[in-house]
Amino acid sequence: MKKQVITSRDVHLFYGDFEALTGIDLAFNEHEITAMIGPSGCGKSTYLRILNRMNDLIPNVKITGDIELEGKNIYAPDTDVVQLRKQVGMVFQQPNPFPFSIYDNVVYGLRLAGVKDRAQLDEAAETSLKAAAIWDEVKDKLHESALSLSGGQQQRVCIARVLAVRPEVILMDEPTSALDPISSTQIENMLLELRSQYTIILVTHNMHQASRISDKTAFFLQGRVVEFDDTKKMFLNPKEKETEDYLNGRFG
Amino acid sequence: MDPIKEAMLHRSKAAKLERRGRWISFTCISIIVLVVVAIFSFVATRGLATFFDNKVNLWSFLSKTTWSPAVKDAHGAPQVGALPMIVGSFGVTFLSAIVATPFAVGAAIFMTEISPQVGKRVLQPVIELLVGIPSVVYGFIGLSVVVPLIRNVFGGTGFGILAGTFVLFVMILPTVTSMTVDALSAVPRHYREASLALGGTRWQTISKVVLRAAMPGILTGVVFGMARAFGEALAVQMVIGNAALLPQNLISPASTLTSVLTSGIGNTVMGSLENNALWSLALLLLLMSLAFNLLIRWIGKKGEMK
Repeated sequence: MKKQVITSRDVHLFYGDFEALTGIDLAFNEHEITAMIGPSGCGKSTYLRILNRMNDLIPNVKITGDIELEGKNIYAPDTDVVQLRKQVGMVFQQPNPFPFSIYDNVVYGLRLAGVKDRAQLDEAAETSLKAAAIWDEVKDKLHESALSLSGGQQQRVCIARVLAVRPEVILMDEPTSALDPISSTQIENMLLELRSQYTIILVTHNMHQASRISDKTAFFLQGRVVEFDDTKKMFLNPKEKETEDYLNGRFG
Repeated sequence: MDPIKEAMLHRSKAAKLERRGRWISFTCISIIVLVVVAIFSFVATRGLATFFDNKVNLWSFLSKTTWSPAVKDAHGAPQVGALPMIVGSFGVTFLSAIVATPFAVGAAIFMTEISPQVGKRVLQPVIELLVGIPSVVYGFIGLSVVVPLIRNVFGGTGFGILAGTFVLFVMILPTVTSMTVDALSAVPRHYREASLALGGTRWQTISKVVLRAAMPGILTGVVFGMARAFGEALAVQMVIGNAALLPQNLISPASTLTSVLTSGIGNTVMGSLENNALWSLALLLLLMSLAFNLLIRWIGKKGEMK
């Protein structure tokens, strides 16, 4: 039995009166890739943003239930949100590098944490860019603007930027949906490499992506989890009728 | 004749409308260009007459400190040294920009990042109101409040660059603030999210990402404010003391290019040296506002490149 890093029990989320999530129970194992699939508006991205409290930024959101990171409730009043977000990093759907140099982007999180030592920053930048499989493409232009890169390269710089902070969990909100197939494949391969060191939770629109790289899959529909199981089992032999219909493309 | 052929040979109604629209807008823009060119050439011919007709040396115009065009010095050359006014103009402009910028940036951060609700409902109307107050009212308040205050605190007459700075500070504050607000709200939301998601506090996010990304816009706002301060005539004239002397300190009476122009232009005869000298000051003002404009464009371009 693998160690569970994040567990959530009976999580409800309300936008005003609208109940967007209706009781989510999920647990994420250490050093696995968990994919969350489902049609648009099913609540998978909303759920993902609960895990590092990014929904705090939206007014009128109410969250109930129990979400624990390594046994500690992250919605407890004494939670240090800044610390939580260092432990639980996030990669967004659109590549969103800062309008700074590639180097400044990657070491941004470390500088926030007060690291000033040049050698330490250089080393972290190199390690992270290598882990994000983009070092060879950018090593000669680290001090050029990150916005001069292609979309796929920008997304990998964004991943490197998260890796530099050394989080335990990485949340990814459809990280390849804005990218071309080749860039997507590069990122998928990179995620498989990263799995040995990080717990990765991935929201994806692309069922094939989920089947290719994830260990477990959760199928969301209308604010609830229909099925949560090993990816192989679920794709070959879904238990629920709704899951089967979705996987066969009958809706979604 | 074949109706299709006939239609092809005649200009359609849409094409005619298109032509007419293009012609109208071209006329409008040419008139505007013509007016600008006319103003420039008029000011330039008048302003340059000081140097060509009255044989005033350009360098002594810019560097001498005695301004009395009606009086000739020992060598018979007219005394038109504009340095006191140049120093006065730049003095109030830079000082007011330096004082206004921190307030403007602080207010803009509050309005966009900290409390957009209060910002939109309370502060935005207040700032728009400040823009709408006529400059003579600012000058009047400066004259009856700021000048006596400075007189009581620092001594002297109270008139001078410090009083001018105070008045201009209030006058350019709304300009700089609202342009900074625009610059900050133009920073995409995802920069903020990315910074917060990396474990940034709100203050770190504002200072390291939002302000940095908005810097070209903020600088443009500051330069706009400076352009306004440089060109402001009435309010400054009321509080600066109007003594064409090189300012020794911030509370001695001084003058700016604009204040000398407004107080002097009605008392001279067209074509005389006194009159031409004032036109030279006007030319200098015009060139400076051109410089401010170019600076704004340059900053804007540099911001785009990023």
